Amino acid sequence: MASRQFATFEVDGQLFGVEVHTVQEVLSYNEYTPVPLAPPAVGGLFNLRGQVIAAVDLRVQLGLARQALQGPVMNVILRGDGEPVSLLVDKIGEVVDLDDETFEPPPDTLSGPTRELVVGTFKLDGRLMLALDVNQAVDTYRATN
Amino acid sequence: MEDLGEIVGEFLMESHENLDQIDRDLVSLEQEPDSRDLISRIFRAIHTIKGTSGFLAFSRLEKLAHAGESLLSRLRDGVQPVTPETITVLLLCIDGVRSLLSSIEEKGTEDEVDVESMIVRIKAQMDAPTDAAAPAAPAAAAPAAPAEEAPVSVEEAPAATRPAPEPIAEQRQPIGQILVDAGAAQPTDVTSALQQQIEGDERKLGTILLEEGKTQPAAVNEALQSQAPKRSIADSAIRVDVDLLDTLMNMVGELVLARNQLVRGVMEIGDSGLVRSAQRLGMITSELQEGIMKTRMQPIEHIWSKLPRVVRDLSNSLGKQVQLVMEGKETELDRSLLEAVKDPLTHLVRNAVDHGIEDPERRIAAGKNPEGTLTLRAYHEGGHVAVEVADDGAGLNVERIAQKAVENGLLRPEQIPNMDKRDIMAMVFQPGFSTAAKVTNVSGRGVGMDVVKTNIENIGGAVSVDSTPGEGTVWRLTIPLTLAIIQALTVDCGDQRYVVPQVAVLELVFVDGKTTKVEYASGAPVYRLRGKLLPLVRLDRALGFEVGGDQGVYIMVLQADGRRFGLVVDRVLNTEEVVVKALNTRLKDIGMYAGATILGDGKVGLILDVSSLARRSHLAVDSERENVVEKRTSGGGGTERLLVTAVGERRVAIPLDTVTRLEEFPRDRLEHAGSREVVQYRGQILPLVRLSHLLGAYGEEPEGDTVSVVVYSEGGRSVALVVDRIVDIAENSTTARRDADEDGLVGTAVIQQRVTELLDVRRAILAADPNFYSEAGGEMLVEV
Repeated sequence: MASRQFATFEVDGQLFGVEVHTVQEVLSYNEYTPVPLAPPAVGGLFNLRGQVIAAVDLRVQLGLARQALQGPVMNVILRGDGEPVSLLVDKIGEVVDLDDETFEPPPDTLSGPTRELVVGTFKLDGRLMLALDVNQAVDTYRATN
Repeated sequence: MEDLGEIVGEFLMESHENLDQIDRDLVSLEQEPDSRDLISRIFRAIHTIKGTSGFLAFSRLEKLAHAGESLLSRLRDGVQPVTPETITVLLLCIDGVRSLLSSIEEKGTEDEVDVESMIVRIKAQMDAPTDAAAPAAPAAAAPAAPAEEAPVSVEEAPAATRPAPEPIAEQRQPIGQILVDAGAAQPTDVTSALQQQIEGDERKLGTILLEEGKTQPAAVNEALQSQAPKRSIADSAIRVDVDLLDTLMNMVGELVLARNQLVRGVMEIGDSGLVRSAQRLGMITSELQEGIMKTRMQPIEHIWSKLPRVVRDLSNSLGKQVQLVMEGKETELDRSLLEAVKDPLTHLVRNAVDHGIEDPERRIAAGKNPEGTLTLRAYHEGGHVAVEVADDGAGLNVERIAQKAVENGLLRPEQIPNMDKRDIMAMVFQPGFSTAAKVTNVSGRGVGMDVVKTNIENIGGAVSVDSTPGEGTVWRLTIPLTLAIIQALTVDCGDQRYVVPQVAVLELVFVDGKTTKVEYASGAPVYRLRGKLLPLVRLDRALGFEVGGDQGVYIMVLQADGRRFGLVVDRVLNTEEVVVKALNTRLKDIGMYAGATILGDGKVGLILDVSSLARRSHLAVDSERENVVEKRTSGGGGTERLLVTAVGERRVAIPLDTVTRLEEFPRDRLEHAGSREVVQYRGQILPLVRLSHLLGAYGEEPEGDTVSVVVYSEGGRSVALVVDRIVDIAENSTTARRDADEDGLVGTAVIQQRVTELLDVRRAILAADPNFYSEAGGEMLVEV
């Protein structure tokens, strides 16, 4: 029985997950450099061991208000396509092993910006985890278009 | 053979270098066919390749090199003269060697390259009549069988029986041999001296001979010199893997960052001992950085070296005569930049030979030397390297470019008359642009110039072109010295910190709101910089922040894209060396940032892209008035640029072409000469005319200690028109005006939503100085 590992995190009380192999690391950071004129989903830039990383505010991508970016904010740093990109999230969850059997396409009732970012739903014990489409999630021009 | 991998690698690298040198030498040899030095050098280089290839059992390579060497030996011995045809054949031979080498490099074998036809051609050249009147027989016409009478025959040599590699004797003869050959010593003396050495005399051979009086010091010196290794650089330099250098470079970049953080931290602690150590660390880091940068610097000669060959081959095939001149070939550039400049430069050179320089007949018809000159020039210029490709050809046809630009929809016809000649020329950098009447295989397909521009801009450089009809064209590349580390100013805007590359900064002005202040021309902020209006861009506004006040701010006078403008920022902090980090590709699209960097406090700072800042802020018109042309408008249609001034309640516009300078004079310097007001200006008495009087616009005299004047000069004479205020510079269509009946005006127009009167400049000047346009009116000159 095929199973996949997901790194999970919460945004606005909802559990999301991305496949573990797409994640470079998870860390908390508290100083972000805002980028004026950038799409609203760009939370800011930060220094990851000498490398400049752009942080994408997943809240904005999901159609919610921006992260305040005051004090530490959790980053899920995705490997991306040659350049790492970070997702700003509310809270980091566990890494979970999920059977493909527990997977279902997104429910028809799910609509709005979230629908476009989600590839499917995993039924966990007691709660649902939405699997994110990594490329969509970091596409900062998506929401503005 | 398995241990030979490294040897083969070294051989390939060395041979490639040698071949480039041979290429250059052959082309020079064509210019000076009598140069025995050149022939010897080429001979030695080929000989080395031949020897090593024999040793490494590359038999085809050896045979080809051998054939080339045979032809060269005939040239060296004067058996046959150096002709362009021989040079061509030798260049072909070098190309053959090159393709063999690349085949060895790529496939590990030389078996797939045909050398026979080349050898046949070389032999044909050796058999060619030495009077060289007829061009060399092409390969087809050459005898197919090897010519036995050739001094060195090219027999089939199976690898097993290939001749032993020749000793390096020819490269480095024993000193005794040289002395004997030169007749400076007797063979018997040399033999006995050698014998002495064998018996334990530790003196050098030359010393023995000298001390025994068997030869002359001068002769020994000469012999030693001729014996000296030709590539002495090999002893003083080592090869270093480029990747290693790149790694070092990156590490130094990190070190610079760490140093900046440390220095800042130490300053806060304020311990004097620590500060000293930090300063020392800072110095060492700077020196280390400089040293590492130097290892990556290479003279531009590296990429120029292939160009003589390119020019020769191309001009020959086009039937043109082109002389290539190189100036400043020792100018150094970071090797990654050199690599990036190579192709664009080659393209420009090919383009200049193909389209720039005319064929000899047309040159003669135009009264020029039939031989065109192509000049490559490289020099340092304010933290950049400028590389120019200049030809003395026909120049760019501006009208045709304009016409083509309109046809391609790049420009609208009505834009043309209003455009600067250079801006029109710059259209050739647009994709798909070509004015070549016929497409050749060299250029003219409309690919190229845009690629040149893109490539150069990718490395933070710029391309421009200037041309004078009939006299030639100059293509100019401006290239940064290095990519990785730049000098920058950190500035504050709002609560954020930004980085401005220092190369763009001309000066800084602090605005205190009293002696220096921001003024507004119809809402557009300007600053009077030494009497000239500098358009201002507010960084807070450009970045979409809340717009702050005009007092206690700084104006950074910036230059980008040939424009000058002032950037208003809240605070200028310090200059720092910053390491440029690439920005996330998506953020590059914003166009406002050239990159990012890690600031001293570890935070990320955005590096502002000065030229796009200028563009974004709608500095559409070139507001630079440094060199306002001293000639009057030709009266052509289209649009003209106007200097808008305030005179009382009225707005009066003066054609910018008629303005020489804008000045401010202290009110107390105004004097009276007869009924006229004058002011001393540059050793002249400058007559003043108040436009308010001339136009009958009696309003309140403006307050203030100075008066604003517009100076007009012609033929060594000047007059000054006094206005209340300089408002702005505007563009106006000459057709959108209405004639005015009023005295002193030529018409009215609506400029920036306000009715503006157009001054009759001639009339105004005559009011100031009735003799201005008459020849014999010298009475206004001061005796100084």
